[in-house]
Amino acid sequence: MRKPLPAWVDISIMPLINIAAAFVVAGIIIALIGENPFTALAVMIKGAFVYKGALGYTLYYTTNFIFTGLAVAVAFHAMLFNIGGEGQAMIGGLGIGFIVLSLDPILPPLLVILLAIPVAAIFGAIWGVIPGWLQARRGSHIVITTIMFNFIASSIMVWLLAGMLMAPGQMSPETRHFADGVSLMQIHHIGNALGWPMARSPLNLSFVIALIAAVAVWVLIWRTRLGYIIRATGHSEKAVIYAGHDPARIIMIVMAISGGLAGLMALNEILGVQERVILNFTSGYGFTGIAVALMGRNHPFGIVLASLLFGALYQGGAELDFEFQTITREMVLMIQGLIILFSGALALMFVPAAERIYGKLASADRSSDTRKGEQNG
Amino acid sequence: MAELWLQFVLTIDATLRVATPLILCAMAGIFSERSGIIDISLEGKMLLSAFTAASVAALYGSPFLALGCAVIVSMLFSLLHGFACITHRGNQVISGLAINILASGLTVTVGIAIFAQGGQTPFLMSEQRFSAITLPFAETARHIPVFGTIYAEVISGHNLLVWIALLSVFITGYVLFRTTFGLRLRAVGEKPEAVDTAGISVTLMRYQAVLIAGFLCGIAGAYLSIAHGAGFVREMTAGKGYIALAAMIFGHWRPVPALLACLMFGFLEAIAARLQGVEVPFLGPMPTDLILVLPYVLTVILLAGFIGRAVPPRSIGQPYIKER
Repeated sequence: MRKPLPAWVDISIMPLINIAAAFVVAGIIIALIGENPFTALAVMIKGAFVYKGALGYTLYYTTNFIFTGLAVAVAFHAMLFNIGGEGQAMIGGLGIGFIVLSLDPILPPLLVILLAIPVAAIFGAIWGVIPGWLQARRGSHIVITTIMFNFIASSIMVWLLAGMLMAPGQMSPETRHFADGVSLMQIHHIGNALGWPMARSPLNLSFVIALIAAVAVWVLIWRTRLGYIIRATGHSEKAVIYAGHDPARIIMIVMAISGGLAGLMALNEILGVQERVILNFTSGYGFTGIAVALMGRNHPFGIVLASLLFGALYQGGAELDFEFQTITREMVLMIQGLIILFSGALALMFVPAAERIYGKLASADRSSDTRKGEQNG
Repeated sequence: MAELWLQFVLTIDATLRVATPLILCAMAGIFSERSGIIDISLEGKMLLSAFTAASVAALYGSPFLALGCAVIVSMLFSLLHGFACITHRGNQVISGLAINILASGLTVTVGIAIFAQGGQTPFLMSEQRFSAITLPFAETARHIPVFGTIYAEVISGHNLLVWIALLSVFITGYVLFRTTFGLRLRAVGEKPEAVDTAGISVTLMRYQAVLIAGFLCGIAGAYLSIAHGAGFVREMTAGKGYIALAAMIFGHWRPVPALLACLMFGFLEAIAARLQGVEVPFLGPMPTDLILVLPYVLTVILLAGFIGRAVPPRSIGQPYIKER
């Protein structure tokens, strides 16, 4: 007998089954290549958590994924599919570059940083709101427009970094270094200053900003009027119009928030680690955000957990390069694809089977309950 | 003047070479999307088949076997796309994206495992590839003004797959608009209930459409690695699948207009390659990056309805749920 799954199974067991499926397929591929999947897994876990400084690196990657995952999730709540996180993050980084490069000779570093944070969000928001506007007012499909905007952003970056913004006397397409002190403090510096010795890692204050963003998104979506309207827009535009709101406006607001969150990802890479604008600093994190949002079921808490998993995968995947001849960090890209497949496109595949099993368990439970009841009576 | 003319003819020739994978993928996209299945996995399928073709050609030496294997692999991933979107009614964009990311990871991983060359395949010899077909009298005709240069440079000297790509446009047009199959396929993308009522399986029609798309993407991938190029390099599709998608939209989901869009985008790429490093008066070096981004910008403008209107098939992206 099939029985609809209760909510707790749907949000805890089903994602785990989908991830497990992705890992099993990845394991089979590793085995086919001729390596031991369990050894690979052990290497990845050690690389992600055990080695000195590993956890810092894992959390540093996690930071990127929290931002891009939240960006995708906010848009998903309004049933908008923002694939443009990659481009929005690039433009966010460009914003940081503009503000820092023009102000760091005159303003104190702290002030420049405080200005750079909102500017990253605003630039990302602009790159998100244009496709939002095109969807809301001109009827073009957001998926296609955001794909195109990723390419346009990447061209703009190449054009500016190899031209106007390129550091004088430099051959590679990147800007000059930011002035001393214009960077987000790295956690191990803080730790050492407070008397907790920590291993060196690129983990910086953006991680804290990411966690704040996660809480803010939770409050926005589930505790504010705007969040309610956003979710309503996702369910029924007609209802939103009936309630006196303009869905087009909501779409633009949502895309601005989504783009802004993606733009903040640049804080971690540009202001936290690189301290200059480089080409391709987004390295696909925007796309990973889609996997993160799907896995985290668009809930900030789930997204933080999923980001941690992906952070561990990326950091552990880097370790694969050292330990194996045949498997590299591209393995992680493969696992990522599989996770998107199983927890996104094939999300419903295991549901009927799960419902059947749950139905059996539930009825078995009930019959044992009734038997107990008879004995007592 | 003669030099300029030759430059022009050579650019047109390059246009055709660059446009070939776009044409094949755009036709693939038309088949899939006309049946109601969004296919952003053109890129990934092309990458997978480029890798397969180059690997098989390197290992077994036969370009035809390589082409066959490339097509099969591409169709297998089409089946996966169909399995997710048609059978399990999954989100079509997510499924396509998953295939693209999977393709990026899988090609490099398997490539390293087989060849240990950092994800590349070995350089292919000419007998392992589809080589240029020189048409009869091309060399003699070269001396005839105008027509001769066109014949020798633009028409002659292409490999088999370029011709297949051009042929695919007319076959696509014929199948979609002159056969019962095509009528049903288009109907499935517009009003699947109607097709279902007529007793035709929507599921089957859509599976057939995505398989044809996979077939065409497979040829496109093989073209990149064993005809146009001589081996696989990681990420060698470099967004061509998305440009093809843009061309398909630009062509309003119709074969011949899509062909023209592909040629236009190919021309932009060819001309950008030719103008690389050329100094323009007052502007400095030619901003070739900005020429290369034009296909994307133009597509955004078109989709926004500023130049004409692109209306997709009506039931695109919606899984069909049969009423019981």
